[in-house]
Amino acid sequence: MLESTIAAPPDLTVTAAGPTPSILAPPAELLVFDVRGLTVFYGDHRAVRDVDLKVRARQVTALIGPSGCGKTTLLRCFNRMNDLIPNARVEGRITYHGADLYDPAVDVTAVRRRIGMVFQKPNPFPKSIFDNVAYGPRIGGVRRRELPDIVERSLRRAALWDEVKDRLGKSALSLSGGQQQRLCIARAIAVEPDVILMDEPCSALDPVSTARIEDLMAEIKSDYTIIIVTHNMQQAARASDVTAFITVEVDESGGHRSGVLVECAPTQQIFANPSDPRTESYVTGRFG
Amino acid sequence: MSTAVDLRGSALSRRRRWTNRIATASMLGAFGVAAVPLVLVLVDVAGKGVPVISAAWFTRNIPDVASSALATKFGASDVAPVVYGMAPAIVGTLLTTGLATVLAVPLGILGAVYLNEYGRSRRLARVLRFFSDVMIGVPSVIMGVFLYAVWVVPRGVDGRSAIAGALALGCLMLPIVVRATEEMLRLVPDSLREASLALGATTSRTTLTVVLPAALPGITSSCMLAVARAAGETAPLLLTIGSTRFLNTHLSGVNTALSTQIYANVTQPGGEPLAWGAALTLITLVVLCTVAARLITSRFALAPS
Repeated sequence: MLESTIAAPPDLTVTAAGPTPSILAPPAELLVFDVRGLTVFYGDHRAVRDVDLKVRARQVTALIGPSGCGKTTLLRCFNRMNDLIPNARVEGRITYHGADLYDPAVDVTAVRRRIGMVFQKPNPFPKSIFDNVAYGPRIGGVRRRELPDIVERSLRRAALWDEVKDRLGKSALSLSGGQQQRLCIARAIAVEPDVILMDEPCSALDPVSTARIEDLMAEIKSDYTIIIVTHNMQQAARASDVTAFITVEVDESGGHRSGVLVECAPTQQIFANPSDPRTESYVTGRFG
Repeated sequence: MSTAVDLRGSALSRRRRWTNRIATASMLGAFGVAAVPLVLVLVDVAGKGVPVISAAWFTRNIPDVASSALATKFGASDVAPVVYGMAPAIVGTLLTTGLATVLAVPLGILGAVYLNEYGRSRRLARVLRFFSDVMIGVPSVIMGVFLYAVWVVPRGVDGRSAIAGALALGCLMLPIVVRATEEMLRLVPDSLREASLALGATTSRTTLTVVLPAALPGITSSCMLAVARAAGETAPLLLTIGSTRFLNTHLSGVNTALSTQIYANVTQPGGEPLAWGAALTLITLVVLCTVAARLITSRFALAPS
């Protein structure tokens, strides 16, 4: 059984010493992330507040909502990329397979090795196609002679191999936008992560490239847990299993705007029969 | 006949056309004026320098032109013809500038990496940045006096040497390298850093494998500007390496440099050809170094195509 191989809580600590917290994994759908009362501040500004969310394995979870509602902020909490923003502060709790992601003993590089990310704008390194995909395995200490296999496997998985197999030594910047984004997905896959976070991966791409990436997500979700932020509701409807709707709430007293999670449910239900009127007006296009 | 759309230039308003012409003409004019001194300097130096330079220029010691001129003036008949040589100054410039580069460039690049990749807007980084800016503005003669006081004077007669000169030039180059390299690192988009960090790379790994390679061409250019600046400095060297007409390939002991030879010979009777030759040699040396550095870095950088 596949779940059993990954059910043990991952060791994210620097020293690997001491007991790691464990949970009883639900047998049917393994819980990957459990977010409880998450609030994110940028300085004094509260970007997202009181988010409760469960993300399950081998599913595509979509985060939808209007611009500036904090979808990306929430996404970047899952691999602690918000740590890079000087005055960002996180309150609440996110557990990853039962381990507290924001525990002081956690090493962020260990977190990011397991939880990969694909960004809004394709950001290949100014290196060759081969070196882009091999970057992650190399820093992970994979031996040189194993790299060609890993690169080929990752590029095949990202449906890019046939287009680039004859020019692996060429600059990644010579590829088209859609190809660059698939290269970035291959680069994320190459380190064999458990989760792939996608931050509007298709917003800079044309419809054909978008369709290819959506096919790719459907194809790889049997191996990976995917969380995708998207502006495009059709994309969420097409590509995701679970959808979380986030919106902006304005504080009556201070006028502060912060994102709140309205509801999270199977995608079909969100689009066909949402339980919250705010969700309904958003998905039917009356707002946002 | 249908009324076709008029796309000819004459359809534009007279005002717009003339504004365009005047702007283009004044830009060309400004470029021409700016190029005049540059071209005049090159032509003048080449015209007066080339006749002086021969094979002996690179192998012989510097002639005692003052004595020869004096002897000729007083009617001595057995004055040997002066053979122009500049080997000691070429070697001295290579030694001092080379050692200064070896000292200042790695240190400066590491300092810039700290400022941009680690320190960012921390207090220590802000203080270091401020002092670097102040140091860039410090006149070069101050560096010379500083090294004269702390290095040359305590060593007495042996104090003046290529090492002392290199230290003075290194102090001069360091802040230039730090600030110019930091600017180049700032130009590397954060999306590349994020891509690397999101793959589980540490900041040091990201800096070494992504940020520095991406900034390498710019860093090379700024380091070459610093080297060129140091190679041409005269005031700090006058105080720190002394002056000699004889070849000294050691780091210790009195040495000489092209820039100080230009200064010394231009006012010396009979020395003017030496000064012009040294000037041409200095310019050529700097150009060669810059071209070499460009060629070397172009091998490392993957051209965006």
